[in-house]
Amino acid sequence: MLDLVAAAGEFVFGPGNSFPDVNQDYLLEARQMQAMSFAMHIPLVCFGIAFPSLVIFMEWLGLRTGKAHFSAIARRWSKVMITLFAAGVVTGTLLSFELGMLWPGFMSAFGDVFGLAFGLEGFSFFIEAIFISIYVYSWDRISPQRHILTGIPVIVTGITGSMMVIAVNAWMNNPSGFSIDQAGEVVDVKPFEALFANGHLWPQLTHMYFAAYIVVGFTIAGIYAYSWVRGRRGDYFRTAMVVPLAVACLAAPGQLLIGDWAARTVADDQPIKLASFEGLYKTTKGAPETILGWYEPDGEIEYGIEIPKLLSLLAYHDPDATVQGLETVPEEDRPPINIVRIAFQTMVGIGTGLAALSAWFLFVWFRRRKLPDTRWFYRAVMLAGPAAVVALIAGWVTTEVGRQPWVVYGVMRTEQAVTGADGIVVGFAALFAVYVVLIATVFWVLRKIARQPLPPEIAAMETGEVTDGTG
Amino acid sequence: MELADVPAILILIGLIAYAILAGADFGAPIWAVTARGETSEKIKDSGHRSMAPVWEANHVWLIFVLVICWTAYPEVFGAIFSTLWIPLLLACLGIILRAVGYVAGGVSGRPAIRYMAAASSILVPFALGTVIGAIVEGDVPPGNAQGDLFGSWLAPVPITIGLLFVALSAYLATVYLAADADRRGENDLAEDFRARGLLSGVATGLMAAIGLLVLHAESREFFDAMLVSGDRGHEVGRLFVYGSAIAGTATLWLLGTRRYPPARFAAAAAAACVIAGWGIAQQPELLPGLTIREAAASNEVIIGLLIAVGLGILLLIPSLTLLYGLVLGGRFDPLDVPPAEGGAAARGLGPVRRRAALAVLAVAALGGAMLFLSDSGVTLYVGLALFVAAVASGVVLLARTLVVPAGD
Repeated sequence: MLDLVAAAGEFVFGPGNSFPDVNQDYLLEARQMQAMSFAMHIPLVCFGIAFPSLVIFMEWLGLRTGKAHFSAIARRWSKVMITLFAAGVVTGTLLSFELGMLWPGFMSAFGDVFGLAFGLEGFSFFIEAIFISIYVYSWDRISPQRHILTGIPVIVTGITGSMMVIAVNAWMNNPSGFSIDQAGEVVDVKPFEALFANGHLWPQLTHMYFAAYIVVGFTIAGIYAYSWVRGRRGDYFRTAMVVPLAVACLAAPGQLLIGDWAARTVADDQPIKLASFEGLYKTTKGAPETILGWYEPDGEIEYGIEIPKLLSLLAYHDPDATVQGLETVPEEDRPPINIVRIAFQTMVGIGTGLAALSAWFLFVWFRRRKLPDTRWFYRAVMLAGPAAVVALIAGWVTTEVGRQPWVVYGVMRTEQAVTGADGIVVGFAALFAVYVVLIATVFWVLRKIARQPLPPEIAAMETGEVTDGTG
Repeated sequence: MELADVPAILILIGLIAYAILAGADFGAPIWAVTARGETSEKIKDSGHRSMAPVWEANHVWLIFVLVICWTAYPEVFGAIFSTLWIPLLLACLGIILRAVGYVAGGVSGRPAIRYMAAASSILVPFALGTVIGAIVEGDVPPGNAQGDLFGSWLAPVPITIGLLFVALSAYLATVYLAADADRRGENDLAEDFRARGLLSGVATGLMAAIGLLVLHAESREFFDAMLVSGDRGHEVGRLFVYGSAIAGTATLWLLGTRRYPPARFAAAAAAACVIAGWGIAQQPELLPGLTIREAAASNEVIIGLLIAVGLGILLLIPSLTLLYGLVLGGRFDPLDVPPAEGGAAARGLGPVRRRAALAVLAVAALGGAMLFLSDSGVTLYVGLALFVAAVASGVVLLARTLVVPAGD
C-alpha cells in the first residue's frame, strides 16, 4: 500500500508539506473567480488555435479555384477571427494578472520553475497578435499570394502559444524538475526538464487541440446549419457549413482515441484523480465502470448503472487490472467527487454523442455522396456547437477540480497558494460585471458582422438573380 | 552588473515599450470624448483608425513584463500582486473595457462605447501609475499580501504618479495622431492635434515637476536616489531624468514647427526616460528589505529565460518592423479605389483520388492502433504523429470533395 500512496505523489518531493497555510476565508470564491475567468478564456483559445487554419484554408480554396464565394467567406471569417482574438487577448491578460492576484503563494514558490514556458508563450502571442493584424488589415493591400502567407505565422503561433500554457498545466498535474530542501525552499530548479520532459504534456496538448477543432468546427457549422434549415443553400452558405463540418466530423471520432490515451496517462500518474472521475472508493481488481448516479459520502454510488470490469479495461486495457480507490488517501486529500465525476461524465457523454453525429454524416456522405436530407441532422449540428463548448468546459473542470486539493499535484495545496488579501468577493463581482459587458459586446459585434450584406456578386448567386444590371 | 540584474533591465524595456506604445491607445479616447467643433467627428474616428491594427500587439508588452517578473523574481511578483491587487484588478478591468471599445468601435461610434473607452483610458494609466508609486514609497513588503490594501497605493506619491501617467498617455496620443493625420494629408486634423499636443505637453511637464515636489516631501530617500545621490548607478539614472526634460522640451519645439515624424520619436523618448529614470533609482532594494539580487531566481532559470527571450526577440523584431512599417507607411489607410483581384490563374481543385483516401484511412488505422496499444515510448509517439497527420490530411481531402457541389 505504501508504494501506492507514494505513487499518488505525496512524499515524492522530500520531507512533506512545508508551505505555510494562508488565512483566507474565501478560498472557494477565489477558485470560482479563477474558474469563471478560464471558462471565459478557453473557448476563445479554441478559436485562436483552430479558426486561423480554417480561414486560411478557405482563402486557399479561393485562390486555387478562382471562385468568389470562398474568398468572401474567408474575408468575413477574418473579421470574426480578429474580434474573438481581441477578446482572447484581454481575457488572457486577466489570467496572467490573476496568477499573482489570487495565487501569490503558488507564484512566489514556483514562478521560476514554469515561468520559462510563459516567456515562450508570450512571444508566440506577440507574433500571433502582429500577424493577425497584418492578415486582417491587408486584404487588397498586398498581393493575394503574400496575403495568404501572412496567415501562416498565425496558425503556427496559435499552436506554440497554447502548447506552452498546456506545458505549465501538465507540470501542475505531474510536477518535476525541482526539489524541496529541508527548509521548505524550492531549489535545484531545472525549467526545461520540468516543462518539456513531462509525460502529461503530449496527451493533454493533443486532447486540447482536437477539442479546439471540434468546438470551432461545430460552432461555425452550426451557424450555417441554421441558414441551411431556413433554406439558404447556395454555394456560399453550403461551403461555409461543410468545411467546418469536415473538420469537426473527423476530429470528434479521433478524440475518442486521444481521450483514451489522456485517461490512461491520468491512471498511471494521478490514480486518485482517476478514482474521483469514477467515484471508485475501494481499490478494486477488475473494477466496474459506473455510468450516471451520485457518489455518497460512504463511498457508494447511488442510482448508477454498473458495467463489470469496464473501468479496468478502459484505464489499463486489461479487464482484470487493479484500480486504486479513494480509500488509499485521507479524506482531505480527495477532490470533491461529485463535481469531478459529473463533469467527467458530461464530457465523455457529449464527446460520444458528437462522434456519433459525425459518424452519421460520414456514413451518408460515403454511401450516397450527398449531405443528409433530414432537417434533424442540421438541427443536431446547431446544437453540437454549444454542446462542444459545454464538453470543453466540463473537461477542464474534470482536470482542474480533479487535481484538488492540490495546485501542484502532491506538492502544494491550493489553500497554501491563495492570497491572504481581503475583498476577493468584491473583485469577483466586479469582474463578473465587466465580463457581462464584454460578452454582450462580442455577441453584438458578431451579429453586426453577420448582418453585413454579402458582396453583390455573391448575393446575386445566392438568390439566383441575373447580374447583368438589367433585371 | 550581474546576471540577476539582466531580467530587471528587460522588465524596464518592456514597461517602456508598453508606456510609449499602449500609452497612446489610452490617450486617444480621452480626446474623442472631449472633441468639439468642426473636426470633432474626425477626431473621434482617428484614434480608432490609427490604433486598431496595433493595439493587441501593444498590449502583449504588459504580459511580457509580468512573465519576466514572475520567472526571474517570483517573490517580488507575489508580493506586488497580492498587496496591490485592487489597483491591478482595476487596471485589468480597464484594459478589458478598452478592448470592448476597440471591438465595438470598428462597426459603430456609439457615444456610450466612447465614454466607456475614455473612462477606462483614464483608469488604466492611473491604476498602473499608483502601483509604481506604491513600490517607490516602499509600501509593498515582501510576502503574501503583507502591505496595506488601500494605504499602500492611495497615498500622495502613488496618486501623483497615477495622474502623471494619465497626462502622459493623453499627450503621447496627440503627438502620434497629429503625425498620422499629417501623413494622410488631413491638415486640419493635424492642426487640431498639434494644438492639443502643445497644451497637454506643457501640462504633462508641470505634472512631472509637481511629481518631483511631492516625491521630495513624501519620499525623500527616493528623491535623493533619483536626483542627488553620488552613487555611480544612480548617476546614470539621473542622465535619464535630465534626458526626459530635454526630450519633452524638444517635442514641444518639433510640434510647434510642425515636424511631426521626429516629434513622435521625441515624445516617446521623453516618456521612456521617465520610466528608465525611475527604474534605475529603484535599486538596490526593489521591495523594502529585498534587493533585486536576493529576489532573483537561480542562474539556471535566468539563463533559460534569457535564451527564450533571445530567440523570441529574433522573431519579434522582424515581425514588429513589418507591422509598424505597414502602419506608418500608410498601407492600412483607407483605399480610394479597391484594386482588382489579381494573382495567378486559378488551377481548380482536381478530383480526390480514391487511392489517396484509402491511404489516409490506412495510416489513420495504423497510427491509431499504435497509439491505442502502447503505453509509452517510441511506438506511441510515432503512432500519434501518424494518426494526427492522417486526420489532418483526411480533413483536407474530405473538405475538397465536400466543397464541390453535386453536378459541378
